[in-house]
Amino acid sequence: MAYGFVLDDYASFSAWRPLARQSFLAGCAPEEIEWRGTSEETTLFDTPLASPPPARAGAQPPVLRSQCHALLRSILRHADKTRFALAYRILWRAQTEPALASIATDPDIARALRMHQQVRKDVHKMTAFVRFREHGSAQAGRRSFYAWFEPDHYILPSVAPFFARRFVDMDWVILTPKGSLAWNGDTCAFSPVPCAKPKLSDTIEQLWQTYYVSTFNPARIKTKAMLSEMPRKYWKNLPETTLIPRMLAEADARVTAMAAQAPRPAPAFHHKLQQRRSATAPAVQEEPAPPQHSGKFIASPPSDVSL
Amino acid sequence: MKQSLSDRLALLSDAAKYDASCSSSGAGKRDSAATKGLGSVSNGICHAYTPDGRCISLLKILLTNFCIYDCAYCINRSSSNVPRARFTPDEVIWLTLEFYRRNYIEGLFLSSGIIRSSDDTMSQMVHVARELRQTHNFRGYIHLKTIPNASPALLAEAGLYADRLSINVEMPTEQGLAAYAPQKHASEIRHSMGEMRTHIEAGKDRTLTGRKPPRFAPGGQSTQMIVGADAATDRDILSSSSSLYTGYRLRRVYYSAFSPIPDASAILPVKAPPLLREHRLYQADWLFRFYGFQFSEITAARPDGMLDLELDPKLAWALANRALFPLDLNRAPKEMLLRVPGLGVRSVQAILSARSHRQLRLEDLVRLNVSIRKVKPFLYATGWTPGRLAERQNLRELFLPQPQQLSLF
Ligand code: SF4
Repeated sequence: MAYGFVLDDYASFSAWRPLARQSFLAGCAPEEIEWRGTSEETTLFDTPLASPPPARAGAQPPVLRSQCHALLRSILRHADKTRFALAYRILWRAQTEPALASIATDPDIARALRMHQQVRKDVHKMTAFVRFREHGSAQAGRRSFYAWFEPDHYILPSVAPFFARRFVDMDWVILTPKGSLAWNGDTCAFSPVPCAKPKLSDTIEQLWQTYYVSTFNPARIKTKAMLSEMPRKYWKNLPETTLIPRMLAEADARVTAMAAQAPRPAPAFHHKLQQRRSATAPAVQEEPAPPQHSGKFIASPPSDVSL
Repeated sequence: MKQSLSDRLALLSDAAKYDASCSSSGAGKRDSAATKGLGSVSNGICHAYTPDGRCISLLKILLTNFCIYDCAYCINRSSSNVPRARFTPDEVIWLTLEFYRRNYIEGLFLSSGIIRSSDDTMSQMVHVARELRQTHNFRGYIHLKTIPNASPALLAEAGLYADRLSINVEMPTEQGLAAYAPQKHASEIRHSMGEMRTHIEAGKDRTLTGRKPPRFAPGGQSTQMIVGADAATDRDILSSSSSLYTGYRLRRVYYSAFSPIPDASAILPVKAPPLLREHRLYQADWLFRFYGFQFSEITAARPDGMLDLELDPKLAWALANRALFPLDLNRAPKEMLLRVPGLGVRSVQAILSARSHRQLRLEDLVRLNVSIRKVKPFLYATGWTPGRLAERQNLRELFLPQPQQLSLF
């Protein structure tokens, strides 16, 4: 029989902490404790896990510097199965190496920092790529919106404040395979129950697609830059990305057409403007007062002045 | 024929896209928790990317593409034969709010061709921003392009609602501006920037009584220069940047490689400059803003005033100043570590913090995602001594991009 615990997928720092503390007070070294997630498949041959023995007499509770504390909090939202074990090992080591978390070249810390970055990125991409679609008509003056998103990690509780403070005057629900968030103007409810992808449509998306296509400059193609920030895994849930193949296919022809176009005569209002200008404008424009800050806008000799 | 909203959105966003700025950062933090409205501002989020590699953070549109000016590089100039359109302020407000609610954008970047007069145009833009803030309780990001010569009162009001204001200098030299934008005057642009600087700084100070001054564009001001439309060198461009950052306290200077436009003016070059040139300018700008470089240092060793297209400016600088290297990874001061090619701000921070607890070896840098190959000649560490850089003849070749291998298809 091995010592260890089975933890929920959404087990955060606060769920892990009492168990880690108990293990530490019992004097269990990292290799003596096994951490399992509930969603992990258990096999017939898995040994059952027992709680660690009672605390040893005189054992001191573990302490953590705030930097390390924050790091552990962050990695416990990661989906990596080994997160609980890594967190416990760092907790264990930090008792004899108090500055551990500030040594980014240490293998355990390097791994934890990488997980921390991945969690942060997941949070950031979720705030960027969630797309709300309007559903039904407004009830009592409040409109309601639904979104579907597929986060990689257990981040819903961490992103909830962002959405709840930004989209305050509308009701919304964000459904994900890792649970959901729902806002009603007062409270933001989190549920860990996995959701299925809903069928949603919203006519405003056509305007958004028009904008997406028009703001693209066909004369500068940089698909690598686009893909590094918006990897393909997100495409299936974004309304605008279906247009990308066509935009790329047409880009060359658009640029060639621009280059081949012969100069066309200026429109009539241009000539009118020119006439009016030469009739009324003084020959030399008056110089306005010099800027109050004599910040040197002009550095080089007047023949080739820097603006 | 009447243009639909969608037609006009297509025209007026197409015409706005030559402005490179899309940033929605720098305005601090705020949200709608207390005001119960819509919108928040934090670090600036890019909500989508187009295949040109640019991020979409703001709804970037023009109020109208009619313009009484005739700037040669601009698709909206009066002599251009493109279809014209205009939005009503209400349409802009509606689009902003509906896009925002669906989480497509961080806010609005509104610009405009000049119609009738500067004040007339500016007051319509201010109207949009005022309505968004006051009537619709909108707390998202607003960037307004200011119109040259608009009255100080309008400018002050714009600063009350906008997070960022900008006015584009467009051409890196005064000569270039005179040739390409005959109705614009460098002195007017400078004057506007100076005014904005005064307002922005006053907006940050507390008065003697401790009262807060009226809000003024907390995200500061930015500008854009077009690269490659005239003969200005990179040195010219960067020396303008230098005065823009130090003299006018700009938050950002954007560089926009001149891009072919439909119905281009005959005085423009036919070919676009390489996008790599624009990229190198941004790298140089980055070195100035985050790495403690002066612009003059970056171009000092370049005889023609143009940045090296083959090597990034930090590497090019290090090779031109090789007598300063190698540095001791475990002892070199922060300012010098920042100058090592291959070390970024984050890795330098991690090195400083780790080395106060442990002696570092070169291999340790792998865990900081640093390319050992790149930093190796510039550093020595426990267990590693490079040859003296000054004695290496072929150093440049070592770093040149490898010729692409042809692969069988
Ligand atoms: S004033 Fe602005 S919009 Fe008008 S032509 Fe010049 S750059 Fe274009």
